[in-house]
Amino acid sequence: MAMFEGLADKLQDTLKKLRGKGKIDEADVTAAMREVRLALLAADVNLKVVKDFVGRVKERAVGQEVLASLTPGQQVVKVVYDELVALMGGDTARINLASRPPTVIMLVGLQGAGKTTTAAKLGLFLRKQGRRPLLVACDVYRPAAIKQLEVLGEQLDLPVFNLGTEVSPVDIAVKAIAEADSQGRDVVVLDTAGRLHINEELMDELRAIKVRVKPQEILLVVDAMTGQDAVNVAAAFNRDLEINGVVLTKLDGDARGGAALSIKAVTGCPIKLAGVGEKADALEPFHPDRMASRILGMGDVLTLIEKAQAAVDADTIREMEMKIRKADFNLEDFLAQMQQMKKMGPMDQLLGMLPGMNKMKALKDVEIDEKEMKHIEAIILSMTPEERRNPQVLKDSRKRRIAKGSGTSVQKVNQLIKNFEQTRKLMKQFADFRGPKGPGKGGSKGKGKAKGGFRLPFFKV
Amino acid sequence: MAGFFNRLKESLTRTRQNLVQKVEELVTGRTRIDDELYDELEEVLISADVGAETALELVERLRQRVKAEKIGDPAGLKDLLQQEIAKVLGERTATVNLEHQPAVVLVVGVNGVGKTTTIAKLAHRCREEGRQVLLVAGDTFRAAAIDQLEVWGRRIGVEVIRHQAGADPAAVAFDALQAAKGRGVDVVIMDTAGRLHNKTNLMEELKKVNRVLNRAMPGAPHETLLVLDATTGQNAINQARIFDEAIGITGLVLTKLDGTAKGGVVVAIRAELAIPVKFVGVGEGLDDLRDFDPAEFARALFAGDGEEEEG
Repeated sequence: MAMFEGLADKLQDTLKKLRGKGKIDEADVTAAMREVRLALLAADVNLKVVKDFVGRVKERAVGQEVLASLTPGQQVVKVVYDELVALMGGDTARINLASRPPTVIMLVGLQGAGKTTTAAKLGLFLRKQGRRPLLVACDVYRPAAIKQLEVLGEQLDLPVFNLGTEVSPVDIAVKAIAEADSQGRDVVVLDTAGRLHINEELMDELRAIKVRVKPQEILLVVDAMTGQDAVNVAAAFNRDLEINGVVLTKLDGDARGGAALSIKAVTGCPIKLAGVGEKADALEPFHPDRMASRILGMGDVLTLIEKAQAAVDADTIREMEMKIRKADFNLEDFLAQMQQMKKMGPMDQLLGMLPGMNKMKALKDVEIDEKEMKHIEAIILSMTPEERRNPQVLKDSRKRRIAKGSGTSVQKVNQLIKNFEQTRKLMKQFADFRGPKGPGKGGSKGKGKAKGGFRLPFFKV
Repeated sequence: MAGFFNRLKESLTRTRQNLVQKVEELVTGRTRIDDELYDELEEVLISADVGAETALELVERLRQRVKAEKIGDPAGLKDLLQQEIAKVLGERTATVNLEHQPAVVLVVGVNGVGKTTTIAKLAHRCREEGRQVLLVAGDTFRAAAIDQLEVWGRRIGVEVIRHQAGADPAAVAFDALQAAKGRGVDVVIMDTAGRLHNKTNLMEELKKVNRVLNRAMPGAPHETLLVLDATTGQNAINQARIFDEAIGITGLVLTKLDGTAKGGVVVAIRAELAIPVKFVGVGEGLDDLRDFDPAEFARALFAGDGEEEEG
């Protein structure tokens, strides 16, 4: 995350001088599109896809009225983001289930994409939805692949069907479905061997499985770190098997995941699921709009907002936001906010979701130490309400009292006050930087669309 | 040498065909060198995962050479670009350093890049060279990873030191080195669990393994190889940087070059971090691990059909 300067930030810089202009002209856009192109390429979006995309955005952006509340830079980001969301497909796609069970889901992909892990995760995912999945080990080639699926099945208490390595994968698939029928299993997940898309022999094998068992879903499992070659892989699998969707794995890494965009653009297939961690329950429905933010380096604002909404009541946020914007934010608010944030989960996770973190040089190396948070809390709690509201009144004797009361030192108290002042300044800048907005402005945009409004202060004592 | 070259060439045929074809499309039918030609060359490199910035730099160097050497014929550009890439990739690198007794090789990387397979190939190669090898099943996390290494061990005829699944990999490392000393083996190759480089706790675990190896045997590990999947895009740079910061990487292994992926990101890694590529994986067979030779790699990417005999 820290490696990248988000596109939003870069565009801000590129177009800073244009502030106050009423319309975006072609020269502005050309400068901006250079940055867009580089950002998308750095995110591993395929070059051809980038070219098409940039062309389209350019067309749309030239001559646009700059909304009153936005700078030209922000306006361009908005156009880019909107286009990207449109290209990724707006809605979360679901898994097709057969009208008459069992539903057969076949996982295919290159070696090392994460098919076996995904098979186990998918089994758990389906069981949570009230299904009765059967996992099937069709990878008879990789050493211990069957064992891997069996161990995972055992850990998750999911049945695994296998016939060893001497039976052809086609026969294994066919027999597995008969077995599912007799056991009353309503979803069959086929884990196939990893293969190169140019290996005709192995692609034939997949085609043979497809013809025999007619899966409702053929899902291509793709590593989120894949580079320019993603289009070749996806196009080949799609040509040979007509895939229904994609599972993007290893999204818990720091890859920007431009491959997602390339694959969508080339195959038209939706990305249905995302692997987001080592644990078995770390498989989630894929949210195209969030991926668009990630590719652009805008942070996962929506996830953050959802987390915040789950833990904090909306009125408090609104009130806080107003205060931040007016830089009329005191230690009392800070304390309240800190307590709210505790409900949301570990700090470093929350931080990673924030956009524009790179821009905040002062925040770049912030390490959030939960223990430090406790100290801060203790210091603030040792202040009188008057002191919290107006830290300027804090003179030496008061500081000594607070240090004693909180079990810390005068230096710590000083540090807190100094950092608080800095943070207040930073927050003012942060508040001035308003991210792109959803279509239309103002009004209630509903849950999950309130980007750019919610900001949190962070600092370390 | 010619035999080696042919095999490398074969495995890189697709890479080469794509690139060469594109480069040749560019230079034939053109009578002068213009911006458009440079742009197109840059795009060929970007499509090979070299990365926009590195591609830009390479093309810029090309421009300067064209200017300095007053080159007017577009047909010469291909060779020049190839030379510039080879220059970035460095002189012919030494392969792994196996001079210590025993030499300890630690193999790391993110999930699914082919660490275990690479280890099997490397062990096989060492055996062929007459060295006695000990494998260490340090991936105690992924289901059946230990079994996978043991299957390979049996196939190659190499002993595998293992603990239970879920055991501390540092403890496995320690035991393995004790065993290695006792048995007088020549090479110890340790597998590790795949880990994403941004997972702090897993990187700490790896640092611990590294420390324990070093404590059990000063100087170990003598080689720390980062395995990279050739299909990986620009994220490979982050991987290399962060693994290097954590435990110091002595070389890269670029796997899965037998697909259509080009692995161009190693050029960017070499340019930025000066970590050499030591091996390339070019297939599923035990023999499909090759020394990486920068000059020939660059040549194989760009050489036209009649030229390779010279190599």
